[in-house]
Amino acid sequence: MSDAPWDHSPAPATPPSPAPSHSVVTRAPMVEIVGVDKYYGDLHVLQDIDLTVGKGEVVVVLGPSGSGKSTLCRTINRLETFESGSIRIDGQELPEEGKALAQLRADVGMVFQSFNLFAHKTILENVTLGPIRVRKRSKAEADKRATELLERVGVAHQSEKYPAQLSGGQQQRVAIARSLAMDPKVMLFDEPTSALDPEMINEVLDVMVELARSGMTMIVVTHEMGFARRAADRVVFMSDGQIVEAAEPEVFFTHPRSERAKDFLGKILSH
Amino acid sequence: MGELFATYPILAAFGMTLLLTFFAAIGAAVLGTLVAVLRVSPVPLFQKVGALYVNVFRNTPLTLIIIASNIVMIVNLGFSFTEDIARDNVYWAIIGLTVYHAAFVCESLRSGVNTVPVGQAEAARSIGLTFGQSLVQVLLPQAVRGAITPLGNTLIALAKNTTVATAIGVAEISGLQKTMTEDRIDLILPIILVVAAGFVVITLPMGLATSWLSGRLAVKR
Ligand SMILES: Nc1ncnc2c1ncn2[C@@H]1O[C@H](COP(=O)(O)OP(=O)(O)OP(=O)(O)O)[C@@H](O)[C@H]1O
Ligand SMILES: [Mg+2]
Repeated sequence: MSDAPWDHSPAPATPPSPAPSHSVVTRAPMVEIVGVDKYYGDLHVLQDIDLTVGKGEVVVVLGPSGSGKSTLCRTINRLETFESGSIRIDGQELPEEGKALAQLRADVGMVFQSFNLFAHKTILENVTLGPIRVRKRSKAEADKRATELLERVGVAHQSEKYPAQLSGGQQQRVAIARSLAMDPKVMLFDEPTSALDPEMINEVLDVMVELARSGMTMIVVTHEMGFARRAADRVVFMSDGQIVEAAEPEVFFTHPRSERAKDFLGKILSH
Repeated sequence: MGELFATYPILAAFGMTLLLTFFAAIGAAVLGTLVAVLRVSPVPLFQKVGALYVNVFRNTPLTLIIIASNIVMIVNLGFSFTEDIARDNVYWAIIGLTVYHAAFVCESLRSGVNTVPVGQAEAARSIGLTFGQSLVQVLLPQAVRGAITPLGNTLIALAKNTTVATAIGVAEISGLQKTMTEDRIDLILPIILVVAAGFVVITLPMGLATSWLSGRLAVKR
């Protein structure tokens, strides 16, 4: 599985990039976050956030606990509301609520730390639910595509089982397949490997690396530096609700500019 | 004992008990689910309406609800379903039982909804399901499974609460029991035994089915 090219259909126009490039400016924007502020009561969790992610770009978000990484992810598909600023996906402003918001969310895949598979549905049903109910595909069509996706993430032989019968790594790969089945324009990952036993982390990261190489636009909150180095075009460092710096992975890891980033890297590199 | 069965329509009276239970159970399941949907909806007004419903009907004695529905509607508002008073009373009994037990069904389902990890609701929204779709596809199926035990308890309580319908003259078993006791105080013990046994026959399978289902349908986490 790990060596197979991702082959995400419909075939992406972008060829697999041999080395991550930093040509952000030349990409058309997929996610545009402009001046976003969010509060939890008195806590100013997101402070004037500006971030543009180009089509096919892979951005890794790093930062200490409580810096607002999850909140940023959840705000991008409006699982959380925000007070001011604007977020556009592929040029479209996020609708406030209702059907339009549901439709837009379908274009934004999200993978959670705790997998969140639907416990009463089989693996196959988990993956086909969205395509059938939201994209209005036929069951046969949805089954076929789901089986392909499950094969690609290496869990096709488990498709009749229930989530609780799978290992964490398998469940997370199913969760990725569930998101991909919607043919999303962008995928958000919030610490997708943090709840996994060490031996399962790589099977999930391999899937994510292939996905990145296939040209998927990705925003990934993770502390897996190996992943950032292998797949990211850019690392964004957050602290206390602000984006403190952004750079190519090698540059960020070897020459962080801000004191807060140096401090943070010192802590995570020391173990 | 045989004398009792020969003289009084005991089986017919139990039949009425079953009929009330059956239709009120369906009614309470439907209405209770609707109220539960109100209570878990994201709209504050709906939540308040749902909470008001539960607090009003759960805290009002059932006898009062049944008598009130019957008397107020028929006598004061002149509203009735049919000319046949006996049948009309049955309808009102079913309605009274329904609105009362719907409050309990709602609360059982709500406890079931709380067994579903919030992350699954977020995952449902994040693949683009609307609120209604996530409710029907993800939340309610698991809520029902998580609520089998309290729902079963509500059903058993409902079966026994049908005896209150006697207050508006529905010919169910407790009304007949009263008649039989008045006529044949000498047979008081057999009368009580027959009525008690009848209820056990009705409710025991409900209890067994509840335990069986809750074991079988439990969502593995
Ligand atoms: N629902 C909430 N209500 C109130 N405060 C919240 C809520 N969710 C998060 N917070 C607070 O907002 C801040 C940012 O939280 P967030 O989860 O985004 O951080 P994070 O960077 O993802 O941290 P971690 O690395 O621990 O996951 C924290 O101080 C947190 O306590
Ligand atoms: Mg987080």
